[in-house]
Amino acid sequence: MNRLRRTLVAALAFAVLRPLSALAAWNKDAFGAKTAADALKSLGIGEAAPSKELAIDAPQIAENGAVVPIEVSSSIPGTRAISVIIEKNPFPLVARFEFKEGALPFVKVNVKMGETSDIRAIAEAGGKSYSATREVKVTIGGCGG
Amino acid sequence: MAAALCAATTGLAQDARKEIQRYREMVAEGSPAELFELEGEALWKKMDKCDLGLGPGVVKGAYARLPRYFKDADRVMDLETRLLYCMTTVQGRSAKDATARVFGSADRPSEFESLSAYIAAQSRGARLEPGATHPKEKASIALGRELFFHRVGPWDFSCASCHGTEGERIRMQDLPVLHQPQYARPVMASWPAYRVSTSQFVTLQWRMNDCFRQMRTPEPTFGSETTVALIHFLTATAKGAPYKGPGSKR
Amino acid sequence: MAEQRPMKMRATLGQGYTDVRVLMTHPMETGQRKDAEGKLVPMHFIQNLTVKVNGRTVVDAQISQAVSRNPVFSFRVKGGAKGDKIEVAWSDNQGESNSLEAPVA
Repeated sequence: MNRLRRTLVAALAFAVLRPLSALAAWNKDAFGAKTAADALKSLGIGEAAPSKELAIDAPQIAENGAVVPIEVSSSIPGTRAISVIIEKNPFPLVARFEFKEGALPFVKVNVKMGETSDIRAIAEAGGKSYSATREVKVTIGGCGG
Repeated sequence: MAAALCAATTGLAQDARKEIQRYREMVAEGSPAELFELEGEALWKKMDKCDLGLGPGVVKGAYARLPRYFKDADRVMDLETRLLYCMTTVQGRSAKDATARVFGSADRPSEFESLSAYIAAQSRGARLEPGATHPKEKASIALGRELFFHRVGPWDFSCASCHGTEGERIRMQDLPVLHQPQYARPVMASWPAYRVSTSQFVTLQWRMNDCFRQMRTPEPTFGSETTVALIHFLTATAKGAPYKGPGSKR
Repeated sequence: MAEQRPMKMRATLGQGYTDVRVLMTHPMETGQRKDAEGKLVPMHFIQNLTVKVNGRTVVDAQISQAVSRNPVFSFRVKGGAKGDKIEVAWSDNQGESNSLEAPVA
C-alpha cells in the first residue's frame, strides 16, 4: 500500500471509528432548545417517519408529573439511538440513548412532565429516523401529605 | 379549605381508575424506595440489639407484627416509637438527640425514614398481624377506632370525614374507606412509602402527622399514644393482608 | 460525594438478554425550584450515563434535568452470562460522578 493510500485509509478509519469509541459529549444546544424541532436539528436528526416498530409504553394518566415512567423499545433493525422528547416541557429534549453493539434498543426511564403532553420517541437506524408518539395526561393527586 | 373544596361525592370513571392503577404499578416497578432500604440497613447495624418484638436483632417479619405491646416499655408501640425507644436504651442517646430530626427532607431522609424502609422491607410477604390479645393492645385498637371517628379542630374534621364514606375522592384519587378491611388492607400493605411528588420516603408517623395538619389541628407528638392508636386501629383493620413492602405513592 | 449518593443495581438474565435495572440517588434539580427561603436551587443533574459489560461500553446516554429525581433506569444488554460484570456510571453538571459494578445473576 503506498503512503497516500495508507494515509487516506487511516483518516477514513479514524473518521468511522471515532464516534464509536468516544463517549457522547452532552449536547448543550439540543438540551437547551425550546422546541422539539430545534432540539432534533441540533442532534442532526432529520425528518422522522412514524413507525409501528417503535413502541412507547407510558401510563395514560399520571397522578403526578414529577415521576412518569416510560418504556421505549425499537424493533427497527440497526437502531443505534433513541431520543425522548416531551413536547410541552420547557426544554423538550429529555434524553438521548446511544446503543452500541451489545445492547438492545430498549430503555425504561422516569421523566418529569410539567403538564399533559405528547411524549415522542425518535429512533435512528440505518441513517434514517423514525418516530412514535403517546399522550400522557398529567393530573394533581390528593391534597398534599 | 383545600380538602373541603377537593372532595367530590362521585367516584372516578372506571377507565380513569384503571389508568391510575396502571400508573401506580409502573411507578412501583421503578421506585427508588430500595435506596432508602440500603441506608436503613446500614443504620440498623448500629442498633442491632434492638428488640422489635421477635427478639433482639430479629428484623425478618417484625414489621408485620406491629404495633404491639412491649413489656420493657409497658406500652403499645408502633415501629417508629419502638425505634425511638431503642435509640435511647440500646444506643444510649438522649431523647432530645433522638428526636432532633424525626422527619427528613428530599435531600436527606431522617433515620426513622431509612430504618422504616429497611425494616418494613424485611416483612415483605408476611401477613399483617398487629398485637391484639394483651389488654393494652385491645385498648389501643379501641382508642384508635374512637379517634378515627372523633371530630376535632376548626373544621370539625375526623379521619372519617375523608376516609369514612364510599365513593369519595379528592381530585383524581379515590379515598379509601379505612375503617373497612377491604379498603384498609391494600393501603396498610404499602406503607411506609416513597412519595414521588415530594421525593421523600414517608413513614406512618409522618402520615398521621400530616393528616392532622390537613385537618387544621395541632400536630400530634411523634410517637404519641394518639398516633400509635390510630396506626394500630388501621393495621388491625387490615389484619391478614400480605405486606407488599415499602411502596410508592403519588 | 459518591458515598452520599448510593446506587443500587440488579442485573438478571432474561430471554436472550440481561435486564439491568439501576437506581441512583440524585436531586436532578432543574434550576426552577425554590427552596424554603424562596431562593432558586441551582441546576444539579446527571448529564451522562454509561453502561458497560465486561469493560466495554454498550449504552452511552445523555440525559437532562427532566429525568425524575432519584432516577431509575432499565436497560437490556444482549446475551450475557452469569458472572459478567455490568458497570453503570454517571457524571453530572457539577462535576460529581459515581459508578457501580455488579455481576449478572
